[in-house]
Amino acid sequence: MIRFDQVSKRYPGGIAALTGLTFAVESGEMIVLSGHSGAGKSTLLKLIPAIERPTDGAVIVNGQNVSALKRAAVPYLRRNLGMVFQDQKLLHDRSVFDNVMLPLAIAGVAVRDAGRRVRAALDKVGLLDREKAMPVALSGGEQQRLAIARAVVARPAILIADEPTAHLDDATAADIAAMFHAFNQVGVTVLVATHHEALFAPYMTRRIVLSHGRLLA
Amino acid sequence: MKGWMLHHRQAAAQALRRLAGTPLNTLLGALVLGIALALPAAGEMVLANFQRLAQRIAAAPQISVFMALDAAKKDVADVESRLRKHPQTREVRVVPREETLKRLKDSEGLGEVLESLPRNPFPDAFVVLPGDESPAALEAMREEFAGYPRVEHVQLDSAWVKKLDALLRLSRLAIVLLAAVLGVALVAVTFNTIRLQILTQQEEIEVSRLLGATDGFVRRPFLYFGALQGLAGGLVAWLAVLGATFLLRGPVAELAGLYGIDFTLHILPLADSTLLFGLAALLGWMGAWLSLTRHLSK
Repeated sequence: MIRFDQVSKRYPGGIAALTGLTFAVESGEMIVLSGHSGAGKSTLLKLIPAIERPTDGAVIVNGQNVSALKRAAVPYLRRNLGMVFQDQKLLHDRSVFDNVMLPLAIAGVAVRDAGRRVRAALDKVGLLDREKAMPVALSGGEQQRLAIARAVVARPAILIADEPTAHLDDATAADIAAMFHAFNQVGVTVLVATHHEALFAPYMTRRIVLSHGRLLA
Repeated sequence: MKGWMLHHRQAAAQALRRLAGTPLNTLLGALVLGIALALPAAGEMVLANFQRLAQRIAAAPQISVFMALDAAKKDVADVESRLRKHPQTREVRVVPREETLKRLKDSEGLGEVLESLPRNPFPDAFVVLPGDESPAALEAMREEFAGYPRVEHVQLDSAWVKKLDALLRLSRLAIVLLAAVLGVALVAVTFNTIRLQILTQQEEIEVSRLLGATDGFVRRPFLYFGALQGLAGGLVAWLAVLGATFLLRGPVAELAGLYGIDFTLHILPLADSTLLFGLAALLGWMGAWLSLTRHLSK
């Protein structure tokens, strides 16, 4: 489903973020990506939706070479991926409902269908009763769940999350981890970067460990 | 196709929401654009009225034939019969000198002056409507009529029509130039408005792109915003010209009445109004397009 083939990424100034990565993620797998701060976890995740392009090597998603994708084709790649960003990237000038609606509006889903799907996604993350609230009125955990609802509302086959449990208390973080596991259980391929590996230990997931931009395990 | 329509509907709705969300800015923007557009629009309104007036006054060219003041009745009758027999005259109207005197005595202001004159200063005259209105034929007739005995002066009334026509064409050109200059101003204003919009929407643009928005999806609401703001400016200009037309209608009719002309000031013609709205929207769209191309990061 996702394949990295001898992927390297150097940022301008010669800083090597990733060096010679080769690995594959099978369909329906759940992968926990761990490593110290600055190990290259975020960079690795950004290569999948073509937010960053590799300097060397190929990133293949769904049989498509993402690293060589034309600019105009990138939006369609991203619509098939669910992404939870490290800084969440919620829009604070619109309601919970409208935040989750955005991916469907972008994909051109008819309004009536879209409303139903937004409520279904909010229901899955337990925010159905907060649909009219503004993001600023939500707690940290609720904001994270909102970000997850937005990531899954378009029913992507792949869900990518960058540090989804950062800044959350242990109980809330465990809830979030369980939520990712639940999505994986219904067939979604999940890739989570975290330094709270322990949270995901109960689910017996495969680990990919990065250290200084290289694969450890 | 359905998705495309939906995207356009949503983009238009979003642009309307942004306009409605900042009513003061929207109003000020529309006023700035409207006042700029009102100038050429008002010029066009005045010009259209002048044209209407000119057409009514000078529907067809005329040839005025004036007899000598001391011409005898016999000479006048002789010239009249020659004019009537001429193959290229369509209609010959006799204007006897007594009638001219009486008409002008009855009119405002001139009565007393004319009373004080020892004798009738007006000659007998004919107004000839030519059958052939080509300039060459008119000129030939003028020369021929001038050669008739006791004819003092022949005047081609198409000469002033030509001058008026040239003047109107010049005015139209001036209005087009003015509209072009102010059109550039409209594009510049929209360019700047959209630049500020892009800055305030930076976050939304970035997030939308991360979620798979195409360039079109990101740009469309701004393009609609520019077009709608331009349209609002066009509407303000149109209303301003409409108001001015109604305010001026009374005084203009009064003035025209003093010259013995029955004239009502008309509002901006439909074709010109349509053009005003169309151009305003198009220029707004262009300003937005330029701004997006310049300011939207790839």
